[in-house]
Amino acid sequence: MTGQSFKEVLNSGKFVVTSEIGPPKGTNIEKMCHHIDILKDKVDAINVTDHQSSVMRFPSIGGCLHVKEQGGEPILQMTCRDRNQMALQGELLLAYTRGIRNVLCLTGDSIVVGDHKQAADVFEFDSVQLLRAVHHMESGKDLGGNDLDGAVKFCAGAIVTPEAHPLEPQLIKFEKKVEAGAEFFQTQAVYDLDNFSKFMKHARQFRVKVLAGIVLLVSARMAKYMNENVPGIFVPKNLIDELASVPKGGALNKGIEIAGRMIAELKNSSVCDGVHIMAIGKEEVVPDILAAAGLSVDNTTHVPGSGGR
Amino acid sequence: MKSITRQKPLEEIERQLEGMDRIYLVGCGTCATMTKTGGREEVLNMKEHLQGLGKMVTGWTVIPIACDEMTDVSLKESNGAISNAHCVMVMSCALGVHRLAGYINKPVIPAVDTLFIGLEEDPGSFHEVCAQCGHCVLGFTGGICPVTTCHKHLLNGPCGGTNDGKCEIDRTKNCAWTLIYERLKTQGRLDVMRKYQPPRNSHVIPRPRMTKIS
Repeated sequence: MTGQSFKEVLNSGKFVVTSEIGPPKGTNIEKMCHHIDILKDKVDAINVTDHQSSVMRFPSIGGCLHVKEQGGEPILQMTCRDRNQMALQGELLLAYTRGIRNVLCLTGDSIVVGDHKQAADVFEFDSVQLLRAVHHMESGKDLGGNDLDGAVKFCAGAIVTPEAHPLEPQLIKFEKKVEAGAEFFQTQAVYDLDNFSKFMKHARQFRVKVLAGIVLLVSARMAKYMNENVPGIFVPKNLIDELASVPKGGALNKGIEIAGRMIAELKNSSVCDGVHIMAIGKEEVVPDILAAAGLSVDNTTHVPGSGGR
Repeated sequence: MKSITRQKPLEEIERQLEGMDRIYLVGCGTCATMTKTGGREEVLNMKEHLQGLGKMVTGWTVIPIACDEMTDVSLKESNGAISNAHCVMVMSCALGVHRLAGYINKPVIPAVDTLFIGLEEDPGSFHEVCAQCGHCVLGFTGGICPVTTCHKHLLNGPCGGTNDGKCEIDRTKNCAWTLIYERLKTQGRLDVMRKYQPPRNSHVIPRPRMTKIS
């Protein structure tokens, strides 16, 4: 590892870039490790998803350990769906001892949207309560009020959905997350930058870093599907038309171009503090997105071969 | 208050009856009659179905309130038909099944699953509004229970799966936190929603719960 911690990067004033990887369903970790290799020097931190969409997979903490081993900076995604407070705390202790310093506190998707529809869900805590739990443990106490033999210290983050309808309840929850100690936010995908700017006007009242969620569009069909099926995502018609206008086989490149253009616009307008790029299975094109955005390797902190500082 | 039940799949009912050919049938005149899962008509339909399988129905009854302690008296009237049977099949909620199991020294077989305690909002339309969690939060949620109405039991506001007031798991289900938000907004009490709510006590009374009125 070279350079600063993610927290230092967040506070450095630079345009922050994070991305994410999904661990495998099974024990073949080759692809995940390959994705980590591609991303580790190109972005400031890598989220590792936690049984995303309630699909059972290799665990997020396992993925984070690989990110560490391979020289990247991991963000541990932790949901309340599968863990009671005992399991949440235990995993935070493990994460800390292994050098994981960033945790994204999430409520978690519904069990029934995933691939184990009859499994029990937990949801003993919600994301706001988890954020508070993390900071509580930093005081050297566990949630039962007992002394910890060695406390934790995390840079805790959360998510927000700027395109939610109605928006005000989301904003109230956003504020509760800020009060609970969230230092950074990674947003659900945003495509309408005017709407996003309105959200940011509200968010700028608070001392938190906001990274805009960029989900790579790979086809007009995908965009329409998300509009119809994914709550809180809205792809404007002009982007769908743009994707549909390219010849067959060209949609991915168009998607890369759109993502790059959006990132450049967000950076140039200084509307937010960075971006979180979700390529959803196409992690190998993240460097192309960054190039399309005009962000070179130099824009990130982890310069390969520069040695420790 | 109604105990809401649903008939088990016939295949499961038949599996429970393996090796038992003589059956006494019990329905309930209260909740199971209202929900059409264990009233007179359903008991008679079940009788016909069991006979169609070659089983013998030694008798049947619909007890006024199966969960009531008076059930003991009702059963005594049918003593002969019950002692003739291999088992008693109960078409009431699990409270009735428990009551009968305590009174009869024979296998007691449930024919229905007990789903929830429901409030009748429209005729024939029952809604789960209370999960009996033991720690009522209605005071800060505008009288709408997020523990019950939100399937993630969230206490501090909506998740990202809410969409135009509906829940991502089922577009016919209302998002609890949209309902709570709208009600509190109407009452001018959104400040209540902004207040942090700590995790609930999962063991207000460790199970099985019990209370004694002095």
